[in-house]
Amino acid sequence: MTTPVQPAVLLPREAARWQDYVSLLKPRVMSLVVFTALTGMVCAGAGAMNPILAAVAVLCIAAGAGGSAALNMAYDADIDALMRRTRHRAIPAGRVQAADALALGIVLSLFSVGIMGLAVGWLAAGLLAFTILFYAVVYTLWLKRRTPQNIVIGGLAGALPPAVGWAAASGHAPLNAWLLVAIVFFWTPPHFWALSLYTSGDYAQAGVPMMPVVRGAASTRRQILAYTLVLAPLGLTPAFTGLGGPIYLAVAAVGGLALVALAARLALSHAGDPAPPLPTDRREGLYDVRIAARPARDLFAGSLFYLFGLFAALLVEHTPLMAWLGQGR
Amino acid sequence: MSDPNDETAAAARARRGRNVALAVALFAFVAIIFVVTIVKLSGNVPAH
Repeated sequence: MTTPVQPAVLLPREAARWQDYVSLLKPRVMSLVVFTALTGMVCAGAGAMNPILAAVAVLCIAAGAGGSAALNMAYDADIDALMRRTRHRAIPAGRVQAADALALGIVLSLFSVGIMGLAVGWLAAGLLAFTILFYAVVYTLWLKRRTPQNIVIGGLAGALPPAVGWAAASGHAPLNAWLLVAIVFFWTPPHFWALSLYTSGDYAQAGVPMMPVVRGAASTRRQILAYTLVLAPLGLTPAFTGLGGPIYLAVAAVGGLALVALAARLALSHAGDPAPPLPTDRREGLYDVRIAARPARDLFAGSLFYLFGLFAALLVEHTPLMAWLGQGR
Repeated sequence: MSDPNDETAAAARARRGRNVALAVALFAFVAIIFVVTIVKLSGNVPAH
């Protein structure tokens, strides 16, 4: 259990700037969501879609992702205040009230689903609503503080955007769309557990049962390797279902091998094991970490490049330019 | 409620920024609804 914190009481209130409200939408996470959803749309044949409606669909997906992030921030303000990485966020720092973030999240969620349904289609709107509810209710309210499987199950919310994009462009969500969902789903545990290996002190302090806190670093490193051994071959499958072409196959093969190598190096390392505290004048960042934690950091960063590479390859192969080049041959 | 007369210059700037951002968001929302309506209506106009 965590001790509830009333940040607005503990910290002096500053006037909220509009940028504080934007930060509640987690723009970096939103950009990854938009990127994977856009890939789903392009693979589904968004070229045949009215460009204005396609832009509205992307906007709705971005707003939905932002809305669910604001709901997450509103509920998690107490534990965010206890972690170094998150204590400067707008709510724990006292710049924005949790109730305002809640209102922003609800408004963005309702409007993004409503406009998606009216402008694009109700399958995409339904999947978007499911994604938002899964992240806000199943992950944030239910799983995050209760089980070390929080990001495994909750990862479904982050994995669904390609299917939302696919449904927005085509009105249906076939097997290939769910293949992209599966890739992001199996990518999530190695990515976030690698990060949690060198931030587990924060999670322990906040009472969040992340895998390294509950099962220890050695078990987490083994599980990261296991998920990566599933992910790497899964990443190849779109090349055999007609979704990915030769560029995709090359990226998935080379990237998959590199990722397995990074995960094996991490499994053999001592990243996340108890270590003496850092000097008071030295702080760890997302990428500036102590030497023992570098295998975890490298997998965290490498997995981002891997996912970006896979989806970028699909985007390139499904753009009109590639179709035009193919006709020229 | 805090006394508006106590508002500092920084707080006033922040409030003005929030108001402008809200105005832009509302205008964008109206524009989206208008454009989507036109696109959907034009899709239902038979070609003569």
